[in-house]
Amino acid sequence: MMLRLAQWRTALVSLVLAIGITLLLLVLVDAPPLEALRLLWDGSFGSDTKIADTLMAWVPLVVAAAGLLVTFQAGLWNIGVEGQIIMGAIGASWVARSVTGPSWLVVIAAFAAGIALGVGWALVPGTLRTVFRVHEIFSGVALFFVAGGLAIYLIIGPWSRAGIASTSGTDPFPTASWLPTIGRLRLSIVAVVVAVMAVVAVAVLLRGTRYGLRLKAVGRNPASAFLMGIATSRSMLSAFAVCGALGGIAGTVQAIGFHHKLVPSISGGYGFLGILVVLLAGFRTAWIAPIALFFAAILVGSTQLSLRLQIDSSLAGVVQGVLVLLILLTGGWQARRTRIAEAEAET
Amino acid sequence: MNELATIVATATPLVYATIGEMINEKAGVINLSLDGSILLAAMVGFAAAVASDSVIIGFLAAIVVSVAIAALVAFSSIELRLNQIAVGFVLFLLARQLALFFGDSYVGQVGPKVPAWDIPLLSDIPFLGVVLFRHNLSVYGSYVLVIAAFFVIYKTRIGLVLQGAGERPEAAFARGIPVNRLRLLATVTGGALVGVAGAAVSLDQIAGWRENLTTNLGWIALAFVIFGGWHPFRVAIACYVYRGLLFVAGQFQEELPEFVQVLNTLPFLLMILMLTAVNTQWFRRLGDNHPRWRNFLASDPPSAIGTVFARD
Amino acid sequence: MSLLLRDVHKHFGAVRANDGITIEVEAGELHGLLGENGAGKSTLMKVLSGFHVADAGEIVLDGRALDMRTPHDAVTAGIGMLHQDPLVFLPFTVIDNFLLGAPGGVTVDRDAGAERLRQASERYGFSFDPTALARTLSVGERQQLEIVRLLWLGAKVLILDEPTTGISTSQRDRLFDVLRRLAAEGMIVIFVSHKLEEVESLCNRVTVMRRGKVVGHVDLPVPTAQLVKMMFGDVIVEGARPEAPLGPPVLQLDGVTLAERLITVEDLTLSVAAGEVVGLAGLEGSGQRTLLRGCAGLVPARSGTITVGGADLTHRGYRACRAAAVHYLPAGRLEEGLVDGLSLTEHFELVSGRRSFFVDWDEARRSTGEHIDSHTIKGTPETTADALSGGNQQRLLLAMMPKAIALLLMEHPTRGLDIESAEWVWSRLLKRRRQGTAIVFASADLDELLRYSDRIAVFFNGRVIAVVNAADTTAEELGHLIGGKQRTE
Repeated sequence: MMLRLAQWRTALVSLVLAIGITLLLLVLVDAPPLEALRLLWDGSFGSDTKIADTLMAWVPLVVAAAGLLVTFQAGLWNIGVEGQIIMGAIGASWVARSVTGPSWLVVIAAFAAGIALGVGWALVPGTLRTVFRVHEIFSGVALFFVAGGLAIYLIIGPWSRAGIASTSGTDPFPTASWLPTIGRLRLSIVAVVVAVMAVVAVAVLLRGTRYGLRLKAVGRNPASAFLMGIATSRSMLSAFAVCGALGGIAGTVQAIGFHHKLVPSISGGYGFLGILVVLLAGFRTAWIAPIALFFAAILVGSTQLSLRLQIDSSLAGVVQGVLVLLILLTGGWQARRTRIAEAEAET
Repeated sequence: MNELATIVATATPLVYATIGEMINEKAGVINLSLDGSILLAAMVGFAAAVASDSVIIGFLAAIVVSVAIAALVAFSSIELRLNQIAVGFVLFLLARQLALFFGDSYVGQVGPKVPAWDIPLLSDIPFLGVVLFRHNLSVYGSYVLVIAAFFVIYKTRIGLVLQGAGERPEAAFARGIPVNRLRLLATVTGGALVGVAGAAVSLDQIAGWRENLTTNLGWIALAFVIFGGWHPFRVAIACYVYRGLLFVAGQFQEELPEFVQVLNTLPFLLMILMLTAVNTQWFRRLGDNHPRWRNFLASDPPSAIGTVFARD
Repeated sequence: MSLLLRDVHKHFGAVRANDGITIEVEAGELHGLLGENGAGKSTLMKVLSGFHVADAGEIVLDGRALDMRTPHDAVTAGIGMLHQDPLVFLPFTVIDNFLLGAPGGVTVDRDAGAERLRQASERYGFSFDPTALARTLSVGERQQLEIVRLLWLGAKVLILDEPTTGISTSQRDRLFDVLRRLAAEGMIVIFVSHKLEEVESLCNRVTVMRRGKVVGHVDLPVPTAQLVKMMFGDVIVEGARPEAPLGPPVLQLDGVTLAERLITVEDLTLSVAAGEVVGLAGLEGSGQRTLLRGCAGLVPARSGTITVGGADLTHRGYRACRAAAVHYLPAGRLEEGLVDGLSLTEHFELVSGRRSFFVDWDEARRSTGEHIDSHTIKGTPETTADALSGGNQQRLLLAMMPKAIALLLMEHPTRGLDIESAEWVWSRLLKRRRQGTAIVFASADLDELLRYSDRIAVFFNGRVIAVVNAADTTAEELGHLIGGKQRTE
């Protein structure tokens, strides 16, 4: 968890540069920079409702990031997690719409369905990778589009609102399926608890179990891992399954904890954003929660920007992207300088 | 006939993007930022065209942007030895968001379009004339590109060397070929074509700017490069057939709105099928049994794709 | 025309691969560069062909000092290198391979190129189908293609790095004829090898290298014994090995044929008893590694049976062999044995055999500390495998071995190790031997083979050509056998 001095320095440089670029962008669209920053803060932490919204954005993001940590540990690029979130949401939606009974039962069933679909969807790129050596990036993105297509099909087809087949979403789910919220806030304690549990579980899984250790070996050197007696294909498949399960959980929370209906953008980009979170965190488990919170705050806060200053909320995405890009580039630059210095020292 | 003409025209941006990506993948560099690059290039191209009231300036601006992104991908792989996938993916998200951010003020604006130009003699040919030669320079450019790409890669010295660099960089290097410089060149060329693709959308096909302007064009292009076996003709055929299918689906929009959704996922299903099929014996033998068609039927990626080539 | 390498130095980290090498080669000479694996020959040739940049020294061709920084410089200077694994582009056609990188116009004229290929090949008695894929060519044919290409490009210096590995005898004879002709035509030919017999039959002059330095230059013919002595130095076989009683046969190979990508090992019949040490001698790529991997279940057997401790393991695979107490230690310590980035503790925990879901890291660290002490590994429980030196990596690998091993298969147990580490490794291995483990190991170090083996099986071209008792043979004889010469009575 401790970073070397050089790494702190590159992180600081990246942060400063990112802030600078953000300010520059704001100036370019004729927006008052300081006012914009104040609105960002207000928009994410300025009031109870805002904090609630930020936390509800944090939940799916950090759960997805936690899942991605597992697949990254196994050396895999599960970009398809975004699709697994969608499928999880679809599963939960189906339960929410069809299962009747006491609320706690429906909720549990929804989570179960979400997890099941998420796992199933993740096992497709998993199998394609382990059996057919198809790179999981392509199969993952492909299945993301298929899942997205499926969601839209459901929304304008079988699950469409009575009489209006619009892409704004299905009818709201029966209230029995809604995750209980606090007062008038959109905050669900269940969701937050689930997120915390997910992060802790992944942290324990990756650092404290034999399973996590095996994944680490497979991710770094499958040949040696095999010789040590580790079943490499099985390990990879299970990593996909775990990430799919967590994606399914994120999708379930989105469906029954936030939107309460199925909408085309149900996955909210949290899967892709989760990859950024993990990259920025340098694959360190301890950092994904705070970084996810930071990203969630930017996301939620930027809606204020669009409301008050007519700045497109995509500024959030720009800031997040710039920050991660800078970290990658400065890290690479630092490594290059070290390499050159070492080469010179030898001659 | 007019329908076919429409299909050919609407496939133009896809053809540019796919051939462009094919070129840098041939050299071993994968540009995962494609979808974001195209969107950003489309937006910048449109904005520049509106500001200068010139289509040419628009295209040039689009090219500058996409080349910059592609150069960044190449630089981070070659000099910084970063993972091409990581950098490409981050750039995908970033470029996309940048496009949305700056493009906001251009939604709904009307900009200059590529002027129509029927090619004098050729457009009078019955049937083919209508389908192929009554469009504009942007569309004609895509024809030239496909043929040029085939010619350059398979018939010229530099094309052969490029293939070598992407297939086995150490061997190419041992022959005195500047592998990394070639990779940079290929990536920049591919990037420029991506820019043209973006401009072809915002200044021609769907003139204007809006949020989902290029609808996954980049991901489809990435898929079709694989599906097309890194061969310009097969890749182009895939693009045209796909647009044809979309067109057909569009006709049934009212009755079967879901069909269009299925079609959107078609390129990816095809790609997965292709990637799986590549590993089967049957397909490999197909290429071996028909030597003349070998290049056309090949389906293996350049072996060194996505790798960092460091001489030590 | 002459080629002079003057005082060339090249080091990698702490290893001095080339330590002040000076060699002069005349045109028409057919110069051999002889030495064991690890002597520094390949590195020197890579410097000469521009792949590596020398730390110091100069290269003078035909009186002109060359500024060599990249292979491009070497190509322009007319230096052509044929690598051991010919660097051809497998999915491309023969004609594309021939023309790739060659100067010419903008377009590639494949027909004209095919004609030139035909003419060039005919001169030397080769023939190619221009449209065939390089992948379908045998190693020998790929070599021929590369040679034709280099010659056509106007190479003035031709370097061949271990060219006869993996090619048939008839291809080799043809190759030698071509080389003799080229030398006669005024080309500078350097033949890099560790195959004594071939260097003797082909070359006129030989430079022998050992451990990064030049031992000497001689004009052939010269008594083989002299060359052997120059290559291997004085082999001192120390006092008698402690005798250990041999037990029942542990490993039994019966008519086994194993096929890997580049080599097929045929008709192996061998029996190794408990407590016996069998050394596998032979040139690189003659089949030793294939045998070891086949016994570990990593290479499928095409015919014959492999029995370990009475159980038939012939088609059972790696996990079954592991379960039968067979342990395989590959030569690439970091590539195939250890995981870089993982700490010592993590390595030990992975092979500990403990099954608990949660890892008790305190306990793991404690027991790692014990291993570190008992195996004198210079590192802490937190040190990662890639940060260890070669010797310590080997200690780690040995410490990771299971307690009871019936059959231990090792590739190059002491390659790249200093003397102290090497002796330590063998002291541990002999301890195992006393416990009844059967040990089969491959090595390029004659000294090691003679000192520690009970019997030595000599491989040549995929077959075992001799099995001798270590006590009954000498280094000289072993060297002969390795080079393919039959045993003299």
